[in-house]
Amino acid sequence: MLRLSVVKRWKGFELRAQLDAPTPGILALFGRSGCGKTTVINIISGLLEPDEGRVELDGVVLTDTRERVAIPVERRRIGYVFQDSRLFPHLGVLANLRYGLRRAPRGSRSIGLEEVLALLGLEPLLARRPNQLSGGERQRVALGRALLSQPRLLLLDEPLAALDAARREEVLPYLERLRDQLSIPMVFVSHQLEEVLRLATHVALMEAGEIVASGALSDISLRPELRAIVGSEAVGAILDGTVRHVDVERGIADVHLGGGVLHVSLQEALVGGRIRLQLLARDIILATELPRGLSVRNALQGIIAEISDDVGNAVLVKVDIGSGAAVLSRVTRHAVQDLGLRPGMGVWVLVKAVSARGHAYCGPTLVGSGSGGSFG
Amino acid sequence: MTALSPAELDALRLSLEIALRSVAFSLPLAVLVSYLLARSRFPGTLALDALVHLPLVLPPVAVGYLLLVCLDNRSAAGRWLLAHFGIELPFTTGGATLATAVMTFPLMVRAIRLALDSVDRGLEAAARTLGAGPLDRFFSVTLPLMLPGILAGLLTAFAAGLGQFGAVITFASNVPGVTRTLPLALYTAIQEPGGEAAAMRLAVLSIVLGLLGLVLAELLARRVYRLLGR
Repeated sequence: MLRLSVVKRWKGFELRAQLDAPTPGILALFGRSGCGKTTVINIISGLLEPDEGRVELDGVVLTDTRERVAIPVERRRIGYVFQDSRLFPHLGVLANLRYGLRRAPRGSRSIGLEEVLALLGLEPLLARRPNQLSGGERQRVALGRALLSQPRLLLLDEPLAALDAARREEVLPYLERLRDQLSIPMVFVSHQLEEVLRLATHVALMEAGEIVASGALSDISLRPELRAIVGSEAVGAILDGTVRHVDVERGIADVHLGGGVLHVSLQEALVGGRIRLQLLARDIILATELPRGLSVRNALQGIIAEISDDVGNAVLVKVDIGSGAAVLSRVTRHAVQDLGLRPGMGVWVLVKAVSARGHAYCGPTLVGSGSGGSFG
Repeated sequence: MTALSPAELDALRLSLEIALRSVAFSLPLAVLVSYLLARSRFPGTLALDALVHLPLVLPPVAVGYLLLVCLDNRSAAGRWLLAHFGIELPFTTGGATLATAVMTFPLMVRAIRLALDSVDRGLEAAARTLGAGPLDRFFSVTLPLMLPGILAGLLTAFAAGLGQFGAVITFASNVPGVTRTLPLALYTAIQEPGGEAAAMRLAVLSIVLGLLGLVLAELLARRVYRLLGR
């Protein structure tokens, strides 16, 4: 468990962050630029001291201003992947990778050079110097360097922000592999929903120096605070489902979700694997009875849990679809009145579109079993 | 132009030896002082900065005279050095070396400090997160990245050291084979009747030496920059 409760003040800016995140797990600190995300991970790493507060990782107190505890950065064993890589320019790739490894305490070695080289595909880069690497390659080397320092926690500060879309794809799949094959907890900073969708198990939403909500990704995806960050078009449930059946010919998989089954377009999928789905609120239609003669293929049964205000003339209806899962639907106030929608009422959830956002994280128990293909 | 006389060769050897020894002794201290000036925030920084740069603005003769006052055999420091280490500075090669070191010290500090200021603190922070303590960090990251500046400082101080005159002649006098370096030999030749040919030879020698130093410095700098991957 990573526990954090800190205050840091600057002229005209105050950070008040409170957070409990399970470890291992991948926590995304998500928010707009300038809301204090990087400050939070700098405080966790010890590079920045809070004015007040406490940071605790798996029962070890790292910072406590009241007890005057401040373990120096170099003894925290917290890896940090910076936005700008920060590879040592006077060292080759191999020497960069070894830098942290050589300084890791003996007996703490859980991941070796060979393993990191294989995981991150670094073998062909070993003889190069940092200035001979592309942006994506740099980040992979920085990631490997941090991993080899045998960290108890890995911090990533927008590791993809400096990369263009193509270069991002040089790094993202590797991050997914780390998530699935190692049990090192990670906290990453992002202002891109896409990254959060692909990687995170948990999310902390930040706004103007405060953590406004935190929890599992599927829960946070239903929170109204998210709208301010991602914009109303991107609001929608994010759910992890289980693949039950794959029709290879048509490229369609049946995915178990809540109490029902969704048919999802997929190029490839492993039966029994878990995949992450995004159901945008604007793509979900509510019906009081199952309509016939409709092009929409996906219909789930659910019960209205909550109706909340959205932008303009719209409202967001949260519908429980069983097994603790819920989706959001955007409808007009008019429709709410016409259909008499109210909490507790049974409805049909018609899904116009659903997109698969990669395979979902199954936790460290997955180690060694291999992971499913990637989608989206 | 005729070949160099043994006395002139002596002056050349002395100049090189004194300049080399003075930079060798100053270097560690210059790195330390640069670090203090660039990184620490103790209240004496300003005073230290002024003290280090004083030789740059004082007449060299004044520096030589102050050294004489502080370190000759009648002073407390001079007697102490003689009693405990058997070191006698005035009118010796060691004295000429010290005078040269004091005069060229600010040049070295300026170059090294500039290099230190240009080192990306982010890289040091990265080294911290990888488990490197303060000393480790300095020697594995900061110092290698300062290398171009250190090299530039060394070469500038060395080249300037070859030409020290006022402070050296005042503190260490003009003893042939002991403290008579190239500029002092040149000065002596000019003073002597019929010494024009010798003076010209020494002047040309100084020019050749200076050019060699500059070319070498440039070549070295290029090499280091390539090593640092820039």
